[in-house]
Amino acid sequence: MTLEKPTRAPANDGPLAASLVKYGRFLRKGEVSDDFRSVFLEGGRSGDVFYRDRWSHDKVVRSTHGVNCTGSCSWKVYVKDGIITWETQQTDYPSVGPDSPEYEPRGCPRGAAFSWYTYSPTRVRYPYVRGVLLELYRAAKARLGDPVLAWAAITDDPESARKYKSARGKGGLVRATWQEAAEIVAAAHVHTVKRYGPDRVAGFSPIPAMSMVSHGAGARFLNLVGGSILSFYDWYADLPVASPQVFGDQTDVPESADWWNSSYLIMWGSNVPVTRTPDAHFMTEARYRGQKVVTVSPDYADNTKFADEWLAPHPGTDGALAIAMGHVILREFLVEQKTPRFIDYMKRYTDSPYLVTLDDNDGCLVPGKFVTADVLGSDVENAAFKTVLLGADGEPVVPNGSLGHRFSESDEGLWNLDLGDVDPLLSIADSPLATETAEVVLPRFDLAPEVGREHAGGAGTITRGVPATRVAGRLVTTVFDLLLAQYGVGRDGLPGEWPTGYDDASSPGTPAWQEEITSVPAAKAERIGREFAENAEQSGGRSMILMGAGTNHWFHSDTIYRAFLALTTMTGCQGVNGGGWGHYVGQEKVRPITGYSQYATAGDWNRPPRQMIGTAFWYLATDQWRYDGLPADELASPLARGKFADRTTADCLVESAKRGWMPSYPTFNRNPLDICDDADAAGIPVADYIVQSLEDGSLAYACEDPDSPENFPRVIDIWRANVLGSSGKGNEYFLKHLLGTDSAVRANEVGPDRRPRDMVWHDDAPIGKLDLLMTADFRMTSTTLFSDVVLPAATWYEKYDLASTDMHPFIHSFNPAIKPPWQTRTDFDLFKTLAEEFSALAETHLGVRRDVVAAPLQHDTRDALATPHGRVVDGAPAVPGLTMPKLIVVERDYPGLAAKWGSLGPLATKLGMTTKGITYDPTPEVEKLAHVNGVVPSGPQAGRVRLDTDVRVCETILALSGTSNGRLSVQGFRQLEKHTGQRIAQLAEDHEGSHITFPDVQARPVSVITSPEWSGSEHGGRRYTAFTINVEHLKPWHTLTGRMHFYLDHDWMEELGENLPVYRPPLDMHRLFGDARVGSTAATGAPGSAGHAEVAVRYLTPHSKWSIHSEYQDNLFMLSLSRGGPTIWMSPQDAEKIGVRDNEWIESYNRNGVVVARAIVSHRMPEGTVFMYHAKDRTVDVPRTETSGLRGGIHNSLTRILLKPSHLVGGYAQLSWAFNYLGPTGNQRDEVTVIRRRSQEVVY
Amino acid sequence: MKVMAQMSMVMNLDKCIGCHTCSVTCKQAWTNRTGVEYVWFNNVETRPGVGYPRGYEDQEKWGGGWVRNKRGRLSLRSGGRLAKLSRIFSNPKLPEISDYYEPWTYEYDTLLNAPQGAHTPVAKPKSLITGKDMKISWSANWDDNLGGSAETLAEDPILQHMSEHVTTEFEKTFMFYLPRICEHCLNPSCVASCPSGAMYKRVEDGIVLVDQDACRGWRMCVSGCPYKKVYFNHKTGKAEKCTLCYPRLEVGLPTVCSETCVGRLRYLGLVLYDADKVAEAASVENEHDLLESQRSVFLDPHDPAVIEAARAEGIPEDWIEAAQASPIWKLISDYKVALPLHPEYRTMPMVWYIPPLSPVVDVVADSGNDAEDARTLFAAIDKLRIPIEYLAGLFTAGDVAPVDDVLHRLAAMRAYMRKINLGEEKDESIARAVGMTGTEIEAMYRLLAIAKYEDRY
Repeated sequence: MTLEKPTRAPANDGPLAASLVKYGRFLRKGEVSDDFRSVFLEGGRSGDVFYRDRWSHDKVVRSTHGVNCTGSCSWKVYVKDGIITWETQQTDYPSVGPDSPEYEPRGCPRGAAFSWYTYSPTRVRYPYVRGVLLELYRAAKARLGDPVLAWAAITDDPESARKYKSARGKGGLVRATWQEAAEIVAAAHVHTVKRYGPDRVAGFSPIPAMSMVSHGAGARFLNLVGGSILSFYDWYADLPVASPQVFGDQTDVPESADWWNSSYLIMWGSNVPVTRTPDAHFMTEARYRGQKVVTVSPDYADNTKFADEWLAPHPGTDGALAIAMGHVILREFLVEQKTPRFIDYMKRYTDSPYLVTLDDNDGCLVPGKFVTADVLGSDVENAAFKTVLLGADGEPVVPNGSLGHRFSESDEGLWNLDLGDVDPLLSIADSPLATETAEVVLPRFDLAPEVGREHAGGAGTITRGVPATRVAGRLVTTVFDLLLAQYGVGRDGLPGEWPTGYDDASSPGTPAWQEEITSVPAAKAERIGREFAENAEQSGGRSMILMGAGTNHWFHSDTIYRAFLALTTMTGCQGVNGGGWGHYVGQEKVRPITGYSQYATAGDWNRPPRQMIGTAFWYLATDQWRYDGLPADELASPLARGKFADRTTADCLVESAKRGWMPSYPTFNRNPLDICDDADAAGIPVADYIVQSLEDGSLAYACEDPDSPENFPRVIDIWRANVLGSSGKGNEYFLKHLLGTDSAVRANEVGPDRRPRDMVWHDDAPIGKLDLLMTADFRMTSTTLFSDVVLPAATWYEKYDLASTDMHPFIHSFNPAIKPPWQTRTDFDLFKTLAEEFSALAETHLGVRRDVVAAPLQHDTRDALATPHGRVVDGAPAVPGLTMPKLIVVERDYPGLAAKWGSLGPLATKLGMTTKGITYDPTPEVEKLAHVNGVVPSGPQAGRVRLDTDVRVCETILALSGTSNGRLSVQGFRQLEKHTGQRIAQLAEDHEGSHITFPDVQARPVSVITSPEWSGSEHGGRRYTAFTINVEHLKPWHTLTGRMHFYLDHDWMEELGENLPVYRPPLDMHRLFGDARVGSTAATGAPGSAGHAEVAVRYLTPHSKWSIHSEYQDNLFMLSLSRGGPTIWMSPQDAEKIGVRDNEWIESYNRNGVVVARAIVSHRMPEGTVFMYHAKDRTVDVPRTETSGLRGGIHNSLTRILLKPSHLVGGYAQLSWAFNYLGPTGNQRDEVTVIRRRSQEVVY
Repeated sequence: MKVMAQMSMVMNLDKCIGCHTCSVTCKQAWTNRTGVEYVWFNNVETRPGVGYPRGYEDQEKWGGGWVRNKRGRLSLRSGGRLAKLSRIFSNPKLPEISDYYEPWTYEYDTLLNAPQGAHTPVAKPKSLITGKDMKISWSANWDDNLGGSAETLAEDPILQHMSEHVTTEFEKTFMFYLPRICEHCLNPSCVASCPSGAMYKRVEDGIVLVDQDACRGWRMCVSGCPYKKVYFNHKTGKAEKCTLCYPRLEVGLPTVCSETCVGRLRYLGLVLYDADKVAEAASVENEHDLLESQRSVFLDPHDPAVIEAARAEGIPEDWIEAAQASPIWKLISDYKVALPLHPEYRTMPMVWYIPPLSPVVDVVADSGNDAEDARTLFAAIDKLRIPIEYLAGLFTAGDVAPVDDVLHRLAAMRAYMRKINLGEEKDESIARAVGMTGTEIEAMYRLLAIAKYEDRY
């Protein structure tokens, strides 16, 4: 400290003020700057102690968030005095290399706010049961002395059942002991299995990747029971159905560090900064390498800030834009210039050179079926699945690698993409042999409906010519020629209607044509298409499209995505680092998939599991089908052959189930346990008994009569999920029919003219089908509010588990920062409790039974050969596994269930573990696990590997998967080598001795090992992208041709007019369901609307900045940083129409329900479209509505399930079912809603 | 020359995704407690927008910072120390809670405890100030992503001072994010405003702090700070502010906001400066000279004379090395891509920003030029989606030239690196056009794009 006289004049104020400061510095031990400007202080800082104390902590624990965002970020959780204080991100990911940004730090504000839940007032601390039910149960049990009999008595008595069901969602939850709550839950399960059948018990828990053990523990319990596990990826509409259609793969995409390798990036309906927050920096940073960034979004989305170009098509019209870009690319890069890289890629890796017959359709020619070896007269094995192309000499060739080679022993080593000396003809026009031209008629859906024929929509046809030739007496052309016709790319000498140029708006496919549909300027569409291809050519395929919910949640998303995938495929970008598609919505990658599946499906004990398509389950269970009645032929092509005539989409679902295309649980209208007993009594095999009974009418499918009490789902277990506050499309129908409580359903059931033909109609709709809704959670959601029993779950900072994702290549861990507080339990322990309680009650009530599982025709198995040429034949004999589901008898050892749940069964080694057609033998691993985990010391499973703690399950999953165990990976690759005749195993051989253990991933995230479980390679530290194994090692895609498909020849695809990528507009909800037309300001007459201006708008529910689905939307930090409750974003123009100002209360309603929210008026929104960000639960700041008088609904109160028949196709090549791989999506983007300003006085 | 060390930050707004992770981690660590519910040491603003507290940049209203008087000296805009002393009991320039926002919570426990009734239970909002029911009508981030633009956008003080008219047309929408912490100014007006001498700059690293023992709660610092980054704890009755996480810095960790920034846009480092030149630099007449005058205060850590003088001041050897390795010096003085926030407040702020390079190619392309061509790209900088005048209003007291220079350098980096990315010849002329060499551009690219942890902090 200096007391010398200052050497400089005061820098400020003046002498008087300076003297004050001078005075002050005698009072205070500090150093005043020479010019009295500032005070400096050194030492003696007792006043600083507070902040130093606050920063101190006792320990830092690694964990993560088991939330459905695919972030899978590793976090540091700080603990002080046994209390979790806060969290910050870990930064210790393995390096991406010296010339790339790293993954650190991964995280987002949502994750950073998580610890708030630990001690928040919304934390579920104890088991709860609704008081009404608990009283009924206690009384019944006192009377009957047995939990199962008590449950039967309550649910059998209509009065008591109505009493507790109608009380659902209206408060009155009371604390129960764990013992009592578990007993009620177990009794309901036992009773349901006994009375109705195990498939009347359903379980819902999504996204195993976000906490595999927590998911697997419950799934394993239900799979041992024989319950139905509901899919989620398709239900969430996150499954891009185009992926199985085009790739024969569920979803496989680049990790985010691979965006860095792209030099042209289109973000198309994927708002990366919001929905991929931890990964977004790879995009912002890649721009500095000269990456060009384009966003396509109807609003000024967050990512537009980073874009060099912003295209703003009208919502849902993205397919037209993609088709026009494809038009430019095909014309300029594949026809006018024959870009060598693109041409070569198309020949090797796509179905474009393959031959398709031209068939007669009512006097005109239409594209038909793939030409296969049997058409050529060949009688080789599986000839109907060996597709044909023409060699350079114009002669037909049957190349290796098609589906026909995959399952034929005589073709060992030939399932590969090696074309040998064959140089396929891409176009018939290039054939040296005689060719001709043919006019084909193609469907279109972009027309304005004819006046008076609005019900037929905007469907029409267009005639265009293709070069053709004769093969085996049939007129054929190539997929490539058809593609050019479909995209409107004419060539000299071809007949038909062709555009005159890019500026010709009258002919589908051109940039000018798309402008009329999307509003994107034609010149811009043209330029972006050209640039995308130019960049792909210059960079060797490093053009990439990130696509997301904005384009994937539409009814016709499969067509939108096929138009996108056509762009990345025709430019040779798939299977290239920095190129191809990146589908980023709800994609989940359980990297250690084989071990996880073995555990969760309980495949070590019983096979197969009952895995159900979630959308169909909810559609029937919640009776949305009674309001739907969507005629399937309204969706059909004008060239359809009438297969959908007089049928609703619900009828298509029934047909799909009966043909074994899609799973259907509950399956039959009788208890499958009883069916087995009856078959035994009749002395015939169970499968034969079922076929006979179906034929004589004594047995029927439950889906034909979902409203008959024996077909109701009776018990639903929900954990790690919030169906009623988030994902439940048609939320109000759930409340009404499934739960039997108050709802705001506003639609009428369909009249007799629109009812399904093949389903039984009961005049009185069931109210309250479900007997028990059990939910385990750590916070209060709509699902817990409406549940009968709420079990208190541990949070993500209170347990051991594993996490992985598509977005990065690491496996990492959950670890408990504290023990589960109060009476909370981990999901693992919670299901252990239920399993034990169930087994105890099963001793007297169930015993060991036989069950019959009706399993659908399965992808990646010989079942994919069930439907030659995708031809749907009526009246074929019922043959399980061919024309109907497989019927498989499974023993259910109910008293022994808990012991099996807690130990590794014999089938893992006896039958092996099969993933995507490759079977792994884990015998050495199981021997090792016996030492790592120990063995069960006594009891029925003595000597088996213990799976009785979460850590032991973590070790087991890691030991039994190729990505975490090099020996298994190499074993799988060697099998693949035999199958393909290609050398591939080197991708994992240097890791053959590597085995990632749980302590490894506790220490830090660990990079996975390249494995045949996935299609890409991390070998040598390269970034993961999909299909590099296919492209570089000639392994076929799991499709009909073994290549990526532009063309789909299944009968139902033809009926829909979707053989080729085609533009289909958003559903016309006015035409189909009588909703208001977009833009209409006509009075609706809805309750409370009199005297208020109303406007009808498109209703979109994009992912929110302030929540991950409904998670965090109730978190005080997120609420404080946003508007603090439900909001709807709208344009100033729409706000003006209804006289509403920013932050005023509005109501939004359509036939499905009503929502109350505050308006956010912003010019970043386009006129005619509103956003209610997904997912607004009804738990926070939601008043009662004027429209219904009830509590306002969730965002999904305005939506309803709509089934698309193309999602229901099965039993044929890549169009075969697998869990979360194919199934009807729970799409919700096509909806329209009416909005009005409401009274600003709100009542809660 | 009096060499002092200052811990400083640069944020690359071009990379900011507006996620607010920084705000949440900071809040959790420092102000998640009673008395400071409304306080965000770190906040993120959508610009254009009104900021937090609402309209804080309007110094005619709030009177923060310094003004240069006729004698060429600086005085506090809100009046000198004497003036402050005279109204120490009633400070008219103090933002009220409504200018920040009324913090709230919800009746969460209703969700579990509601008795059986007619309706689904709900957690309704309650004020954290009064405990009463409230309608939420403002927050620390109310206009996030242009929310409510029709209502509030016109209040943005920068827009009000722009000559160019900014419309609220959908097609012309633009926005970017501005994360803010305390500026830890070289010439802090908050310190100068404190009648109690409770505020100080730490000698070793220049962090501005409030001595919690000495603070008497006069709140003159709140008024004096033009960035409104000193807050009043209404429970303890003392001022609190961003501490630049000194308890972390002291053990070698970056600040919470830096380390948790998932946009990887924050750089932290020591800068050496000449304390003797601060007052003079802050007092230059023309506001447009403030950028250059502040740059001139910084000392080249590689200059032997500076190193010697630093040693003479007792600055430890490892601190000198840290200053040499500092990314801040590179970004501010070598590459000249970082700019101070509101230099016209004359506080010599030490959190600097790289302005955002907003969509430009579509403008070029619309004019019929090759959008990726480096030369046409430069020509179009003045046609950015974000008006350059707006950025100048934030970073250069309205002088568009320095902003223009920065954006040219960023654009040049993209054009130069694209050629390398596509395996083409390096084009030195692109670098020359912005007064750099290819080697410099590549080094800048590594710092901005690859941005390894050890290079950021």
